[in-house]
Amino acid sequence: MITSTPPRRAGAEHDRRMKFSDFVAVDAIRSQVHARSKEGVIREMAQSLVDAGSIAAADLESIVKAIMKREDLGSTGIGRGVAVPHTKHPGVGRLVGTVAVSREGVDFESLDGELVQLFFLLVSPPDRPGDHLRALENISRQLRDETFCRQLKSATGPVEIQRLLAEADRHGEAA
Amino acid sequence: MTDSAVSESREAMSEQTLSREVVVGMRQGLHARPADMLAREARRWQSRVELLSDAQRVDGKSILEVLTLAAEAGTRLVVQVTGPDAGAAIEAIGGLFDRNFNENETDQGEQGA
Repeated sequence: MITSTPPRRAGAEHDRRMKFSDFVAVDAIRSQVHARSKEGVIREMAQSLVDAGSIAAADLESIVKAIMKREDLGSTGIGRGVAVPHTKHPGVGRLVGTVAVSREGVDFESLDGELVQLFFLLVSPPDRPGDHLRALENISRQLRDETFCRQLKSATGPVEIQRLLAEADRHGEAA
Repeated sequence: MTDSAVSESREAMSEQTLSREVVVGMRQGLHARPADMLAREARRWQSRVELLSDAQRVDGKSILEVLTLAAEAGTRLVVQVTGPDAGAAIEAIGGLFDRNFNENETDQGEQGA
């Protein structure tokens, strides 16, 4: 990945920091998911990736199933009303993901018991664990900013979410 | 509270700091599931639990913080625990790394990044 990162004290792995724009399919961003269940949200987000051309329609079912299987190992609701459902899948050649918001919140069996309003769904190739880790790093680092988190949850449309992600990418570079 | 009172109360709690180097042994690195296990274990203890990488120092009780380490397989980290139950806490947390967070023995590690 080529980025013009300024010199930083961090180790080598941080020079390869990932940005939202590296994995979020903007056409798949949803500012209001309709589903009210965990599987429903995952399915809706996976479908949005199909519609955006990021994953093949033929892979939809197996991706949803794999993500649900991962959820069975432990919820990816990581607190603060955020969940990061994800899986590896051979159907993708590179890490793809999308963002969705639920106004009402969805019971995701989160660690802190809170309903989840903000979802980051990730599908990565089986042989790229590093990219997956860097995407998680990016999401976690950015979500430490409570204002950013709140703004995403209250975004009025996909374009606003896209703008917030782009701003976060710029701040991340400057940080 | 005066400085001396603070130090007395610290003494009363026999606060101590213990450190241990650990290595991330999981093929998938310190991803969401082990980060969750780590934060849950850390929260069981009164002591402050921190993880140190070359670049960062993060709160081990927060899954968000732990994930910001982006610690890949083979990464060396230092677990630093400060507080009255530091000994037991560092043993429990170090044990998670020793056991690779119960991954790699099954195919769950493959599936469950």
